[in-house]
Amino acid sequence: MSKLKIALYWAASCGGCEIAQLQIGEKLLKLAEAADIVFWPVAIDVKYKDVEAMPDKSIDACLFNGAIRNSEQEHMAKMLREKSKIMIAYGSCAYEGCIPGLANLFNRKMIFDRVYLDAESTDNKDKTLPQASYRVPEGELTIPEFYDTVKTLRQTVDVDYIVPGCPPEEKTTWLALEALIEGKLPPKGTVISHNAKAVCDDCPRKRDVKKIKKIYRNYEIIPEPEICLLEQGLLCLGIATRGGCGAPCPQANMPCTGCYGPVAGVIDQGAHFLSALASVIDSNDPEEIRRIVDDIPDPVGSFYRYSLPDSLLRGARIK
Amino acid sequence: MKRITIDPITRLEGHGKIEIFLDDAGGVRNTYFQVPELRGFEKFSEGRPAEEMPQITQRICGVCPEAHHLASTKALDALFHVEPTSVAKKLRELLYSAFYITDHTTNFYILAGPDFVMGPDAPVSERNILGVIGKVGLELGGKVIKTRMQNHRIIHMLGGRAVHPVFGLPGGVSKVLREEERREIEQIAKESVEFARLSLKVFNDIVLKNKEYVDMIVSDVYTHRTYYMGLVDANNKVNFYDGMVRVISPDGKEFAKYAPSEYLEHIAEHVEPWTYVKFPFLKKVGWKGFVDGDDSGIFRVAPLARLNVADGMATPLAQEAYEEMYTALGSKPVHHTLAMHWARLIELIYAAERLLELSQDPEIINPNIRTIPTAIPDEGIGIVEAPRGTLIHHYVTDERGVIKKANLIVATVNNAAAVNMSIKKAAMALIKPGKEITEGLLNRIEMAWRPYDLCLACASHTLFGTSPLPIEVYNSEGQVIKKYT
Repeated sequence: MSKLKIALYWAASCGGCEIAQLQIGEKLLKLAEAADIVFWPVAIDVKYKDVEAMPDKSIDACLFNGAIRNSEQEHMAKMLREKSKIMIAYGSCAYEGCIPGLANLFNRKMIFDRVYLDAESTDNKDKTLPQASYRVPEGELTIPEFYDTVKTLRQTVDVDYIVPGCPPEEKTTWLALEALIEGKLPPKGTVISHNAKAVCDDCPRKRDVKKIKKIYRNYEIIPEPEICLLEQGLLCLGIATRGGCGAPCPQANMPCTGCYGPVAGVIDQGAHFLSALASVIDSNDPEEIRRIVDDIPDPVGSFYRYSLPDSLLRGARIK
Repeated sequence: MKRITIDPITRLEGHGKIEIFLDDAGGVRNTYFQVPELRGFEKFSEGRPAEEMPQITQRICGVCPEAHHLASTKALDALFHVEPTSVAKKLRELLYSAFYITDHTTNFYILAGPDFVMGPDAPVSERNILGVIGKVGLELGGKVIKTRMQNHRIIHMLGGRAVHPVFGLPGGVSKVLREEERREIEQIAKESVEFARLSLKVFNDIVLKNKEYVDMIVSDVYTHRTYYMGLVDANNKVNFYDGMVRVISPDGKEFAKYAPSEYLEHIAEHVEPWTYVKFPFLKKVGWKGFVDGDDSGIFRVAPLARLNVADGMATPLAQEAYEEMYTALGSKPVHHTLAMHWARLIELIYAAERLLELSQDPEIINPNIRTIPTAIPDEGIGIVEAPRGTLIHHYVTDERGVIKKANLIVATVNNAAAVNMSIKKAAMALIKPGKEITEGLLNRIEMAWRPYDLCLACASHTLFGTSPLPIEVYNSEGQVIKKYT
């Protein structure tokens, strides 16, 4: 059997997905036996123009991480889609926009104004802003155009599979790679993880359907070690987040922040969490309920920490 | 006018690009180092609860999330006016020392090392980690991999996750260390100290005993007289986690020493229209363009800068190595950019020795890991030394602790102006009219930025080899006349 051809690419991301891919450790050798990596800008010396020269669909699978924040990333997403039989959104940024997607609460102008004009340490009396194309004495310099909003990979090109997580845990990465190597991929559109149900399913903390009267910030209390964090009043998103990660954060005494995205069958993770939260609040009095939820300082940033661009909200409407 | 485009270079935060403009005769007229990406964390942090910032801001970089996580956590200590417990401070520094070991190891063996171990003109196919392992032997190669894995295990143990840890809270950390874990860390630390000493010996044998390399290190091509900045402890020794920021002038005199809360008196950032990165400079000296010297506010950060601003190292083996370097190079500060690699190995020894000290401290298994904040939050600044230099997080909140303003000066960015200068100087010295532009020559230009270990210098890059460097030479009409692959 001929070896698979795999491409790996990064767009608007942090590099954590590359580290996560390396975390599979000695399984990298199995991957190397089964597949040739034909494009991986961080690791091998293959250029954009080399990819352009490849015939359409000549790459078996592309693992694409990072969101679409600028013109170069959009161009690369479209090109790699044409060249690849299978397109995999790897990691939360490509899947749902992730933390950089919180930028959709603002627009380009607001971001530029803050970074280049208003930041406390910025010294910019001439109000210089970066330009996509700028003429220096020696010639024209270009940088990619920064878009007004962050888009997910699915909003840019057709995507076949999703590997969730910020970054995906080692076992999730391998689950996807193994399926690819063995030719046992699930139906198109599948979000690949060990558990389509909630993180709570993975979590060893005990739930006894206790209801809460107060919501705490994580610095305000030292949680009991074995009891569900949500039932202790911490905003743990595990209840509305896809499992398969093994619940490492609650086991380190910190609430799940939702990086594996919504559970199977749910479109909007934030709305799902909101309804789950409503069911654990111990009150029927509208006034009291309002007081309790008023202690949540940032609902959008907390419930949609990773999924804003992919949610029904998409972002803030800015006039 | 001809131009050479190096796009993309990698191993920085996102992507990078170098433009080299030639004059009609074929000499270098000017160069530009461009960062073509921005994500805007300073803006979208607004509205977020402050305590979420250690987890939000570490998504700036998945290679050094620990640095952002801790700078942010320290900013929260200041913001909430809370003193972390002594155990918590030690656990933070312990995790950070383990992180430094992984990061510096990666840079030396995988990113920068190949240039020296294999030689700058070695074939591209050999100038990589596999070539290095072939030369230094499988045994040492195995130790490189083992050291990285073991220290990642420490990060996972304390931080809950190997990438993007979840342990920083204002006033402390989230997880108690167990005695059996402490013992495991102690063992890893002992092995790491031996590994670090061995690494310095490799550098000695391969680099310092080779006159050609030493001449290259001290050559003018890779030298800039600049200011330096870095954290020091109460005894003016190098510290990664805490202390005062010290700045020295190009002639080695203390120019400033300031607490994190005073950073705005000392640093300002210049904006250029052709790149998304800003250029920090010393406010009291001023921005004079991309030039070095006493009158230019450009300063440098990262390993060599930290050693230059300090009076020494806080652990014995590192101190010995520190003295050896300054004796060998004959002056302090050292202005030779390539000596940054040497300084990094001295820091590797320090990180391992510090990890061992902390792992043997009986207090670290004490469960008193948190002080609950009670004061009203307002404003906080946190500074740590990231492997790539001084890293500053500055937050202002409302009385509920919701971010109103966030300002971030990221380690690599502090060196952005210096990187521009270093590339220009190397290009001007190496590209001459009539001289063929070979891959090896362009690699020597790359060697001018590689010591800065531009962020995203992660293990991943180089498992298989080299930095991708498509280089295209343009004529004055913008047509590609030659391609280098």
